[in-house]
Amino acid sequence: MTMLGDRERLSYIASQAADARLNVELETEGMTLNIGPQHPATHGTLRIICRLDGEQVVWAEPSAGYMHRGYEKLTEVRTFPQVTSLVNRIDWLGSFANEVPFILAAEKLMDIEAPPRAQHIRTILFELSRIANVSLFLGDLGVQLGAITPVFMAFRDREYVLNLIEGATGGRFHPNFDRIGGLKDDVPKGWIDETRSVMKKLRTFCDEIEDLLFGNEIFQSRTRGIGVIPKDVALQYGLSGANLRASGVEYDLRRDQKIAMAWDKIDFKVWTHPDGDSFARCWIRLQETREATLIVEKLLDTLPAGPVMAKVPRIIKVPEGEAWVSTENPLGEMGYYVISKGDLGPFRVKIRSASFNNISIVPWLLRGVYVPDVITILASLYFILGDIDR
Amino acid sequence: MLLALDLPYWAQSLLRVLGGLVAVLLPAGTIVYVFLFKMMSFMQSRLGPMEAGPYGSMQLFAEVGKWLQKEDIMPEKADHSIFRIAPLIVLASTFLLVVVVPFGPDAWFTNFETGVFYALAVSSVSVLGILIAGWSSANKYSLLGGLRAAGQLIAYELPMVLAVVGVVIQAGTMNMQQIVVAQNAGEIFGWNGLGNPYILTQFIGFGVFMIAVQAELTQAPFDMPIAESELVSGYMTEYSGFRFLIFFIAEFATAGVFALIASVLFLGGWGVPFSWFGWHSIGEVSNWMNVVGPLIMFSKMMGLVFLIMWIRFSYPRFREDQLQRFAWKVLIPVSLVNIMLTAVLKVVF
Repeated sequence: MTMLGDRERLSYIASQAADARLNVELETEGMTLNIGPQHPATHGTLRIICRLDGEQVVWAEPSAGYMHRGYEKLTEVRTFPQVTSLVNRIDWLGSFANEVPFILAAEKLMDIEAPPRAQHIRTILFELSRIANVSLFLGDLGVQLGAITPVFMAFRDREYVLNLIEGATGGRFHPNFDRIGGLKDDVPKGWIDETRSVMKKLRTFCDEIEDLLFGNEIFQSRTRGIGVIPKDVALQYGLSGANLRASGVEYDLRRDQKIAMAWDKIDFKVWTHPDGDSFARCWIRLQETREATLIVEKLLDTLPAGPVMAKVPRIIKVPEGEAWVSTENPLGEMGYYVISKGDLGPFRVKIRSASFNNISIVPWLLRGVYVPDVITILASLYFILGDIDR
Repeated sequence: MLLALDLPYWAQSLLRVLGGLVAVLLPAGTIVYVFLFKMMSFMQSRLGPMEAGPYGSMQLFAEVGKWLQKEDIMPEKADHSIFRIAPLIVLASTFLLVVVVPFGPDAWFTNFETGVFYALAVSSVSVLGILIAGWSSANKYSLLGGLRAAGQLIAYELPMVLAVVGVVIQAGTMNMQQIVVAQNAGEIFGWNGLGNPYILTQFIGFGVFMIAVQAELTQAPFDMPIAESELVSGYMTEYSGFRFLIFFIAEFATAGVFALIASVLFLGGWGVPFSWFGWHSIGEVSNWMNVVGPLIMFSKMMGLVFLIMWIRFSYPRFREDQLQRFAWKVLIPVSLVNIMLTAVLKVVF
């Protein structure tokens, strides 16, 4: 620059300025897109703030809490038996599965165990609520990707499962059926045969969905290779359930831990998929629905006789102590950390819900994808808003 | 001359205007009721509307009544005049399109020498309406939807034109009426029992044309511009009440009109094979075809719209880049090969 005369220097600066101006003019301005809180793709009130460059997401962050209902705090002013009616509403599609880990934690503190028949029926209802939950996912998946028909098939066949849950518990959505020390009632007469026939129908439904949706070329091109989560990233973000197994990690709490449930009495397959993409996550859920129908049938075959309630005092006081129990819920690992001070109600309850951890990977996963793939990824991660916000 | 009656010019013009309204609105209403309300419901194991009128047949009128009495909502930052015009432009393109469709030997609106060319040209007017609807709504979802729609409609315009070129080469004319006559007076290797509907020779063109129509109508699997699960409703997000109604009518009326054009180009239009009644040219065709012709057109339209809707209700949607790739890398080469084959065979036979 020092060698140049004033004229050259001025023209150089002018040309630099012109270049800069050109760059500013050509550079497209980013756009911030708020997906949510009210948006058809978020199953409720999740808000995802996306910074877009064209249709590409450069930065995304989920903003949860629009549906926070304060269940952890509310449990502190309830007695132990009353808590089940609250935690029912965390994952509202698989309600019964929410009750079980809390009841197991309370039983652990009181050092009692439900009788074998109660454990069996608990496990059956647990798997039924898994089917009710995941079959809705399989239908909703189509809607998110633009196929409007599968959702009606899902609702049609989910109805049978809800009828079964209603038949046994009296509540379709919120059974409130699990008790400390066992179950409220035995299953009604004829329920077992009915369950067997419904499980056959559900397997037909799984076949239909596999043909119609998973075999569709457009569906495959929309989901394969989209939102790939490698094994180590999945573990680091604390994913659980089908999202983790789709990344190739063989981890299923039904098989891997010893709790007072009937899963260890039977054999079942834990499905994994090496890919870790959206297709793998959906495929794992489909296989698990089918596997769950088989589990229910096997459990019905080995259903023992006996009482469904252990001896528990009329007024339940849980002794002082702390307990952590988690189970493999439809959405992933769900656990309760219960602290009791020996009162009628818990002193403090920490709820570890699966969806909250599962969506923590969203900022990492959404970086660099296109807006249509945001929907695919959110649908395949499968969260329920009540389960995120509690 | 219309219906071979000796009417004054103003009466003929009035009849044409009323006929145009019928030709656009009647198919639109029928398609919405038969396919959108009923067929879709039966495919999804439900009944659809059952309360309004016998078997829910008055549902559409109830819906129109509801839309008409809704408040006219407009976003504060929207470009108001443009926002008002956009749905009208989209509907106008439908009316412009139906103008060249012949419904019978004398039942036409205009007998245009370059009818095919004109139809393909005015069908792209709706892009303009959609784009300005997306832009003027002052909504990010609308903007994304409008831009996607513009890209998609322009991309699929080309295979549509190329698919029609095969028909034009085979018929040797761009006049829609003469294309109909050429098909019905034609013969297949000397046998004239069926005429020569061009779907038999131009099946590749027909396939490409129907796929392009599906994309032009932004219906699944090409409904990325609307994509209700991600863009809420695309360019229509901010429209409600009667403005939405206009978009809605335009969508289904355009489906009907494109099906009419496809039936003219590939299925023999209003005609029956002329050999059935011993006709040889358009001059010999009986007058009653002016009444029967529209009915034949209507049934062919319903058949084609059934195809369009069947696919719409069954498939998930393509991503934007996938559908662009499909248009440029599959449909356009295929239709170019089709044109080449048609030209070669035309010279050979």
